[in-house]
Amino acid sequence: MGQTLLDKVWDAHTVRELPNGQTQLFIGLHLVHEVTSPQAFQMLAERGLSVRYPDLTFATVDHIIPTDESTRPYVDGMAEQMFVAIEQNVEQTGIPFFDRSTGRQGIVHVIGPELGLTQPGMTIACGDSHTSTHGAFGAIAFGIGTSQVRDVLATQTISVAKPQCRRITVNGKLADGVFAKDVILAIIGRLGVQGGVGFAYEYAGDVFDAMSMDERMTVCNMSIEGGARVGYVNPDATAFDYLQGREYSPKGEEFDSARQWWTDVASDGDAAYDDEVKIEGESIAPMVTWGVNPGQVVGVDDLIPSPEDVEGLDRRSIQDALDHMKLAPGAPIAGTPIDVAFVGSCTNSRISDLREAARVAEGGRVPAHVKALVVPGSQQVKTEAEAEGLDDIFRAAGFEWRDAGCSMCLAMNPDKLVNDQVCASSSNRNFKGRQGSPLGRTLLMSPAMVAAAAVAGEVTDVRAMAAG
Amino acid sequence: MSDDGRITHVAGTGVPVRGNDIDTDRIIPARYLREITFETLGPHAFEDDRKQLNGKHPFDDARFEGASVLVVNRNFGSGSSREHAPQALMRGGIKAIVGESFAEIFFGNCTTIGIPCLTLPATQIESLQSLIEEAPETALEIDVGSGTITAGQATYQAELPASVREAFVSGEWDALSSLLESDDAISAVHDRLPYITGWPAR
Repeated sequence: MGQTLLDKVWDAHTVRELPNGQTQLFIGLHLVHEVTSPQAFQMLAERGLSVRYPDLTFATVDHIIPTDESTRPYVDGMAEQMFVAIEQNVEQTGIPFFDRSTGRQGIVHVIGPELGLTQPGMTIACGDSHTSTHGAFGAIAFGIGTSQVRDVLATQTISVAKPQCRRITVNGKLADGVFAKDVILAIIGRLGVQGGVGFAYEYAGDVFDAMSMDERMTVCNMSIEGGARVGYVNPDATAFDYLQGREYSPKGEEFDSARQWWTDVASDGDAAYDDEVKIEGESIAPMVTWGVNPGQVVGVDDLIPSPEDVEGLDRRSIQDALDHMKLAPGAPIAGTPIDVAFVGSCTNSRISDLREAARVAEGGRVPAHVKALVVPGSQQVKTEAEAEGLDDIFRAAGFEWRDAGCSMCLAMNPDKLVNDQVCASSSNRNFKGRQGSPLGRTLLMSPAMVAAAAVAGEVTDVRAMAAG
Repeated sequence: MSDDGRITHVAGTGVPVRGNDIDTDRIIPARYLREITFETLGPHAFEDDRKQLNGKHPFDDARFEGASVLVVNRNFGSGSSREHAPQALMRGGIKAIVGESFAEIFFGNCTTIGIPCLTLPATQIESLQSLIEEAPETALEIDVGSGTITAGQATYQAELPASVREAFVSGEWDALSSLLESDDAISAVHDRLPYITGWPAR
């Protein structure tokens, strides 16, 4: 019987089985940002411990960083305090730090892959649940809490139970206007927001084979929204081509050697899985969430569900979601008016996302009552987009063009919804209050669908715009 | 907790917070992640939900004041990995959580800071929540080793994965000390990974 990639990577990184029954797992790459790390460095200092392998941790700033202001000290005193903390911590420990002055700052899950730090067969950890993103390369990547950030800094290991493995196969072909975001939303809609607890998701089949690395990252990113802490795609030529020539990728003969190791780490053809799910690519429509978690999602041509459709606490969940969203059961989701449009986040802020959004926005005009903003995932993405003239397209269509950061995905900086505004968002979470206003309402969708909604002023089927 | 860190029993009154999929953004809104310390989080647990319920949230209900055991429904703690969520609950006095199920990262974060999360089937969660709502003064006692929850005259048999149960009972729920013991074994794994030590020439 063969092994899955999960099995192989797990074995290669196992330090030992701990007395508590979990695995002590070595972490090959540790990524750190300003928000979930200061307490970890503090805990380390309190115990008199040092950073064991400073060359295996890389830091950047993304969560709290303003996207419309670059002069220090920041107007926001708490942001400034957080910046000073991470600057001191990396200075004292010797951890490489990609701040704005390096031209390589950005959302941690955008810059890891972009710099070639993220590679197949690695274990990766970061104090952020969307660390699953890096699984796009065939890495096993975990979101961890702050105490575990401390553990990685001190020992380069974490205590963790090995997950089971569920293979999710999507065969066939996606229709025009259907994107990676729609695929993962459809998967979460089918398996639920808790369906993946205890599992790693292996994404397999024609649809993932055909995806670019940017698209695979979008899918793996939202594994955690389906409850799966880890999600991955087996590494292939698409991944190897992406890695070729990146700053931290192996070079020359070393690259050839690495390519062999990366190829071998992929799941064997006769590997056993704990569970299998199959979905037809043709069945997936552009998806839009109607509720307060990413599993509350329908196709853009579907109707908003009714509490009457289900029983018990699920009925209460739907009613509660509809009350918050102020949406009517049984109504079409298409045509829902929006106030804000946000293209960005670790899910959908890469160059291909911006290209798709720009293609839809081009020639359109965002209505005056809609606030639309585009926040590139990294300084490099921003530079690349500007070289292609995407910023001009967005500005001409009435979008704001910002600096790199997490921005309105979680609204830790000044980019926030106000009152009960409705936001068409390319981010990953439609939780109550997520975008900075307790009453705010988030509709998750692909970047192309966000651009379509921005221009139309309401939720609209991007397939119709493309055809029209 | 005993002096040696062993957590074998949790005793106190309970507070039910009903609803499925209560995510960590709701437990502690992101604006409280702007602090560089966990120390001040306690009063802000469930802040936005509480505001909207105008004093009717269980965390604002005087009958549940001083509760140590939080009783929740399905997939509690979903979403963000922010340890601020269990830290806020702990600093607000919560010592154990009983629920139908928990999100994975939240569960791990709770374990690491010494909050046992035990599971019961949905019908028994409903029963326990109703019992606490009807008689908030009911003394709850959780035997972490056996998973037995005593609530006045009622008893419930809750579950906790064996490894996690062992970690609490032995006092090793914070894994760092165990992790630090494997010094040579850590070096051995480090030294055998080609992406760290260098790719062999072909």
